[in-house]
Amino acid sequence: MNYSMILYILGFVLKFEAGFLLLPAVTGLVYGEFSGVYYLITAVVCAVLGYLLGRKEPKSMMLYTREGFVSVALSWIVMSVFGALPMTLCGDIPFYVDSLFETISGFTTTGASICPDVELLTHATQFWRSFTHWIGGMGVFVFIMAILPMMGGSTMNLMKAESPGPSVGKLVPHVKDTAKILYGLYLGITVAEAILLIVFGMPVFDALTTTFGTVGTGGFGIKADSIASYSSTLQWIVTIFMIMSGINYTAYYLILVKKFKDAFSIEEVRWYLAIVLIAGAVITVNVRGFYDSWGETLKHAFFQVASIITTTGFATTDFDLWPEMSKTILVILMFIGACAGSTGGGMKVSRFVILFKTIRKELSIIIHPREIKKIRMDGHAIEHEVVRATNVFLAIYFVILLGSVLLISVDEFSFTTNFTAVAATLNNIGPGLDLVGPTRNFAAFNVFSKFVLMFDMLAGRLELFPVMVMMLPSTWKRK
Amino acid sequence: MKIIIVGCGKVGLTLAQQLSQENHELTMIDEDAYRLHRVTDSLDAMGIVGNGVNHVVLQEAGVETADLLIAVTGNDEKNLLCSVIARKAGHCQTIARIRNPIYNDEIEFLKREFGVAMIINPEYAAAEEIFRIFQFPSAIRVDSFAKGNVEFLQFKVIKDSPLIGKKLYQMHQEFKLKVLIGTVIRGDEVIIPNGSYEFMEGDTVSVVAQKMVAIEFFKIINMAKDRVRDVMIAGGGEIGFYLSKLLVNAGTGLTIIDNDKERCEYLSTEIPDATIIYGDATEQDLLIEEGLENVGGFAALTGVDEENILLSLYARDVSTAKTVTRVDRGSFNSVINEMNLGSIIYPRIITSDSILKFVRSWNTDSDSEVETLYKLADGKAEAVEFILKGDSSFLGIPLQALKFRPNTLIGCIYRNHQVIIPSGQDTLKAGDSVIVMMAGYRVSSIREIFEK
Repeated sequence: MNYSMILYILGFVLKFEAGFLLLPAVTGLVYGEFSGVYYLITAVVCAVLGYLLGRKEPKSMMLYTREGFVSVALSWIVMSVFGALPMTLCGDIPFYVDSLFETISGFTTTGASICPDVELLTHATQFWRSFTHWIGGMGVFVFIMAILPMMGGSTMNLMKAESPGPSVGKLVPHVKDTAKILYGLYLGITVAEAILLIVFGMPVFDALTTTFGTVGTGGFGIKADSIASYSSTLQWIVTIFMIMSGINYTAYYLILVKKFKDAFSIEEVRWYLAIVLIAGAVITVNVRGFYDSWGETLKHAFFQVASIITTTGFATTDFDLWPEMSKTILVILMFIGACAGSTGGGMKVSRFVILFKTIRKELSIIIHPREIKKIRMDGHAIEHEVVRATNVFLAIYFVILLGSVLLISVDEFSFTTNFTAVAATLNNIGPGLDLVGPTRNFAAFNVFSKFVLMFDMLAGRLELFPVMVMMLPSTWKRK
Repeated sequence: MKIIIVGCGKVGLTLAQQLSQENHELTMIDEDAYRLHRVTDSLDAMGIVGNGVNHVVLQEAGVETADLLIAVTGNDEKNLLCSVIARKAGHCQTIARIRNPIYNDEIEFLKREFGVAMIINPEYAAAEEIFRIFQFPSAIRVDSFAKGNVEFLQFKVIKDSPLIGKKLYQMHQEFKLKVLIGTVIRGDEVIIPNGSYEFMEGDTVSVVAQKMVAIEFFKIINMAKDRVRDVMIAGGGEIGFYLSKLLVNAGTGLTIIDNDKERCEYLSTEIPDATIIYGDATEQDLLIEEGLENVGGFAALTGVDEENILLSLYARDVSTAKTVTRVDRGSFNSVINEMNLGSIIYPRIITSDSILKFVRSWNTDSDSEVETLYKLADGKAEAVEFILKGDSSFLGIPLQALKFRPNTLIGCIYRNHQVIIPSGQDTLKAGDSVIVMMAGYRVSSIREIFEK
């Protein structure tokens, strides 16, 4: 284990966080709020610590898979620990554990809140909450790599640990260029949405925070009723951008390099869009009569479907009041999640595609015991390693899911509450059902349960393995 | 530059390591996903699993926009086919590895007819290098610049050498020879020496000089050895085969030991002048029986590194023969270097050096062109020959007035068939071949050796 290298990387991350924290400080300045000062102070603390950690270049810059995983998991924890400080210091969220929950929820793009009334928060804090979504959406290391000339090829191990999906590849040969393309696309979508929202009448501050929440697939709103009070046009715009943010970014890259045919034939994206359409249609029919017109029904159904499958967690209506069938569909969508290589969470459509193909293959082998069959996707045979990792992912996933449900049941809330609270945090969605429904929040849980849910959020965002590897004693052995 | 490498074997890996250090955009293609991912996990390169002769795979690797494709799979025909398809599908130059002797005489034909820019035969190149070492056994590595007119020789400073304890400027005063000490490898370090450098036992020193001067130099330091007149080769593989051809043509007596009967019969048909022994080269008795103790040169060229190393160590102990050891693997270099094996040949490095030269000379600018390139001590230092073109701003200025980057040395200027070991008053002129030693950085144009 290359400890000095990991510390060096943490130094990098802290320096970048210092930069990020300047934005809410400026927001505070714009709105004449004193809370901005605390963001500035935290930024200075991060910068100094980052400088101290980065002062000595480690002897070996090599990052093996293990170091990559540990660096990423630790970095996300450190970022959250420091990012939570100003919220408590400025008095917006009095308890540090609550701030930490809020910040982890932000960085992991979960959007689960413990705030009873978000409208009471200062603008600086509201901005920071939403901005953490934007950083966490594409990932902080992808950002660092796009900007800094980092230490050669082994940085791929950092990107692998941070980027979602069963197999992480590059778009172009250089890691740096790949990171640049990803952030370029990300920035493009962000700017497009913000402009559209402003043009169609959303106030600038609301437009920025909503955009961060959408493209990062986070879900923190600045209104108590999330997106419900905005006009229908704005809601449709957010719906479309949520769906776009859940698409594999490879598709956008292929469109960018004019390989349209390849872009539209990505199997995962097709399945994803099909699921959105079918789920939206079924729910529309199921909740008919709840709203004044079919148009209204369609809008609410698709908004909620897009919000849940991309794991954003915005809401335009209290879907906790919907019929059971619609609620069940939403809970299933929570688990499916968005595409690999998008900013969304959940188990990812591609993993489900692989799992279903594995099931079909195993059944086929019962009928033809000597059959040799490779699982294929997008015209390529999938390596056995990927299939195996997908199966293991599923196993770990359910262990964490059931374990967490058990642990937080000490609070004696209803099963629906506990189950959907874990599902909503592990899949980085935000709202669940019942006590954690879209109009409620997570404040009622005790400190222990909050820590369990924080763990779930991190585990979900980093796709289980980095967080699990950290818990193995042999990871930490000096060798 | 966008480069596609087909084949992730030893040569492919070495190339990828070198080229990714020079910041090229690399895409690797291999059918073995495990082997491919081991490379792309540690290097800044993209990997594509598939067969390099498949048009779809090449397209996925971006052959339309690539500048260069290097085909180094284990199969000659595949490499050729791959190059041809790449040329048809895109606009890239191609380099193919071809090592079967039956193609060796047809290289010019293949290049012309298939449009391949460069054909490399690592085994032949290795054989040539070994041959040069046997011609000049005082050195452990023999290379040349200026189309063979300037020798670039490396030797180890041995115990009792008159050089030990001497400073470089003293050596020049005493010897009054037109030689230049270019680089010194001491332990893990490479030094570009100045006048106050002091020779120490164990240093690996490189000299640049004309052949006759170099012979004179080795006489003075008591290391003169005549060219080897009889050689024993353990292992009759491709390198052994090519080396035998070269040695027999030069009139050297030859014994080849190989443990494959068919191979022995083949060698005996192809090289009738050599003594072919069918037997295991690791049997001590056999080696002694065939006269290892009295032989002038011994080359351990079996396919197993460990065997080669053991054989050379044994040969060193029982005879005074000049030994050459073939090492294929890239690991444990530091251990191997400490064993005093004499000359070590790394076929994959010879290959990657010549491809690197090709890649570097690609970005020719108006100032210079890379003509020759040798890497020393795992690439920590390089000796590069530039051909000067045009009217660059540094031409005509005395060298002492030019600002060079640290650890840079102008080794020699070759002008109108004259070798000039430059002093501060000399100037560079258009058309010169300039040989530069540098450590700690690499260049593709001569302009980069100057301070900015």
